[in-house]
Amino acid sequence: MNDLLSNWSEWLPELFDGYKFSIQICTLALLWGVPVGLMLAIGTDSKTKLLRIVSICLVELGRGAPVLILLQFFYFGLPNAHVSLSSAAASILALGWSTAAYTSEIIRGGLKAVPAGQREAAVTLGLPTMTAMRIVIIPQAMRICLPPLLGFAMVMLQTTSLCFTIALPELVARANDIGSASFQYMSVLMLTGLMYAAVCIPATVITSQMEKRLSKHI
Amino acid sequence: METFNFLLALLKAVPWSLALTISSFGIGALLAIPLCMMRISKRAGLRAIALSITVFIRSIPPIVWLFFIFFSFSEFVVQLNAFVAAMLGLGLITAANLAEIYRGALQAIPAGQREASHVLGLSFWDRASAIMVPQVFRYSLPACSTYAIGLLKDTAIASTIGVPEMAQVAYQISQQTFKGLEIYALAGGLYLVISFAMAWLSRSVDTGLRARIER
Repeated sequence: MNDLLSNWSEWLPELFDGYKFSIQICTLALLWGVPVGLMLAIGTDSKTKLLRIVSICLVELGRGAPVLILLQFFYFGLPNAHVSLSSAAASILALGWSTAAYTSEIIRGGLKAVPAGQREAAVTLGLPTMTAMRIVIIPQAMRICLPPLLGFAMVMLQTTSLCFTIALPELVARANDIGSASFQYMSVLMLTGLMYAAVCIPATVITSQMEKRLSKHI
Repeated sequence: METFNFLLALLKAVPWSLALTISSFGIGALLAIPLCMMRISKRAGLRAIALSITVFIRSIPPIVWLFFIFFSFSEFVVQLNAFVAAMLGLGLITAANLAEIYRGALQAIPAGQREASHVLGLSFWDRASAIMVPQVFRYSLPACSTYAIGLLKDTAIASTIGVPEMAQVAYQISQQTFKGLEIYALAGGLYLVISFAMAWLSRSVDTGLRARIER
């Protein structure tokens, strides 16, 4: 037990560095992925046929292919098209695309959940469509989708662990390095798992509390 | 011609992906039953344990579970085959998720049915096999099949411990030929096609079941 703890305290700084990197990648992917998800959500219900088809294709490809394939496509595949990305850039792009695809469905649900009367009232008041969207519909939709979006953010943090396969020095990559150097895979992976759990368990609890609070009124 | 060979190599890996999906789903579907029963138990202690297990399993990334099972079994117990390790790891995660799906389906069954079956004096097994399970199956089918499609995509993670499924084959070919663009586009497309096939299958089963009830 003492051995375990002393090993853990020795590894913790290195793993923590990796974890910070995971969190940064996840944040950047969400930062561009969620707004694109919103655009795709609006695009898939658009009246313009071309916009609708493009949006649906982006969503289906982003959700239909495993994230691992997307990551490796961006990292190992794009150099064939003379676009070489660093592993961090490839991760942010691939995870962001996946975020956009999944969150577009969440947000679409949220947009549908806003009562139709709100939209009609906005039109009656003479608000232009975009303005009505921006100040009436989207704020209400976002409140509805906040809990599932937070849940998704937690899943995305866990998904960054796949970036290990494209040589991104995030948490699992560091753990793997330590494991192969010390042959103590089990204890280092235990610590890694606990580090993920330390963030995700509280996040799950908070999300489900929020869900309960928000659904009280309905 | 080369593209055709790539596709052929990927197609040969499809059975591995499917076998992993089906076996880990099977393990998960079975393990989820006791977990779900604990989750709805009358005893608060059992409920808390089941909830903790579920949340704990879901809070750790699949890749960490797979590595943990693969490497620590090899370290302490017995050298585990990569496929078996992936099957166990994904099965565990599936169990946690399916238990929640089952629970949702159980709650969809009107309480009157449970009361009625008590009044009729049915035994636990009769109640379970004749009344609860068939309905849980039907109510949870759409959610279960959505989960199974997600699971198919999660099996790509097994490539990291060396299971020769689609993602692994794509990786190997891309490293040998440096034609990543083609091979990953093909692999992605193939996953998409299988997902669509699974979705179609589940929808036709669902429609069939509905037709039988509504007759």
